[in-house]
Amino acid sequence: MGPGADVNGLGDAVVYLNDPFNWTRPNGILELLGEHLRISVIAVLAGIVVAVPVGIALGSAGRGRGAVVVLSNVSRAVPTLALLTLFAVSPIGFGATATTIALAVFAVPPILTNTYVGFRGVDADVREAARGMGMSRGQIVRRVELPLALPLVMTGVRTAAVQVVATASLAALVAGGGLGRIVALGFGQQDYGQIIAGAFLIAVLALLTELLLVLLSRAVTPGRRTSPFSSGRRHPAAGPEPTAAGMPL
Amino acid sequence: MLALDEAPNPWFDGGYVTDNWDTIMGYLGEHVRLTVGAVLIGAAIALPLAVVARRSRFLAGPVLALSTIVYTIPSLAMFAFVFPFTGLSAETVLIGLAAYSLVILVRNFLTGLQGVPDDVREAARGMGYGPLGLFWRIELPLALPAFMAGLRIATVSTVALTTVGVLVGHGGLGQLITGGFNANFYRAEIVTGAVGCVLLALVADVLLAGVERLVTPWARART
Repeated sequence: MGPGADVNGLGDAVVYLNDPFNWTRPNGILELLGEHLRISVIAVLAGIVVAVPVGIALGSAGRGRGAVVVLSNVSRAVPTLALLTLFAVSPIGFGATATTIALAVFAVPPILTNTYVGFRGVDADVREAARGMGMSRGQIVRRVELPLALPLVMTGVRTAAVQVVATASLAALVAGGGLGRIVALGFGQQDYGQIIAGAFLIAVLALLTELLLVLLSRAVTPGRRTSPFSSGRRHPAAGPEPTAAGMPL
Repeated sequence: MLALDEAPNPWFDGGYVTDNWDTIMGYLGEHVRLTVGAVLIGAAIALPLAVVARRSRFLAGPVLALSTIVYTIPSLAMFAFVFPFTGLSAETVLIGLAAYSLVILVRNFLTGLQGVPDDVREAARGMGYGPLGLFWRIELPLALPAFMAGLRIATVSTVALTTVGVLVGHGGLGQLITGGFNANFYRAEIVTGAVGCVLLALVADVLLAGVERLVTPWARART
């Protein structure tokens, strides 16, 4: 590959993205994007349905800390590609169903951990006061604990969503669909422009997902509004979020 | 055709592992080399970056914002972006992985350095420590637990991420995962690659935990 290859790849990528036919044709960008989003949304929703109730139950009761920590650590060590492949060669067979299940499995640990920590962190005095005011167990969870834990729950959902959108692109390596197929096809055809264009689309989708969910969590979080984009000055210890997945995908 | 359908395809097969021991060890070696190289390169860049960001509040914001963005880029896209420069080589994977461990480490290093209390820094200065001595004898030891935590996270996630290197043919044990998939869904090969990755990550984590105990003897004495 010559020194000018990168420039050619970039130029070809622009050409690829500027061709309307590449967007609208069957198996084009729009169709793959739709598939990518459909799989991702279903996987995240499934993850929420499974992880949030379990996280609430464990967190409110203050039990199962060890199990949650182990789950979140082990999930970091399991390659996403491995799980995608294992589901693809299981009796489910490769395709959208296997991909969605594998992604939902990966969506569970961040949501579960953050929900657990959020509900665990509710001040015992606050819970006591709510009980003293005559609230039932369900009312306490819904009207007292949930609003207090919501920022962390949303952090979990955001981490999971970005992770799922990113991982969905790996499905193309094991004959799955989604935007990753553009990159995989590009490698198959030695088409640098297509590779860069596909990578660009995947990266933009992941960044937009992050942005969208940051805005969503701001919208649903009650109380003081802090800009999620500020850093350094007002939040001196701008370290990694302690309970987020804490890993690239 | 019927015979093919009926052919056993077990999830676990010790025979596969013993028959292909050399191949597996070859991929394992590449996996370890890529992981160690990426984390070392990441750490070598992250440390000065964190020190500079610690000193200047104007730089801390951009450094953290940029690391969040890099962090969010999926690995498939990352390797594809590097590919035109380095081609189908292990360097492509190494550069991509180093970028990820860099952004994990810079956050943890910065957290560690920011966690050093100003009083301690002030006292050390009062005792006559120069900038270099202050960093080497005071700040670094105090920030060490956060550094080690960052190294452990970076190493474990790099082990997992290396598998995506199959995109350019250098995925370490990931080669077994996609290799088995392409060899008519050969489950024993896929499971060997997957289990190997998890075991490697756990071994690396245990080793680093041991190193952490060795380099922070005071933390051990306290508990």
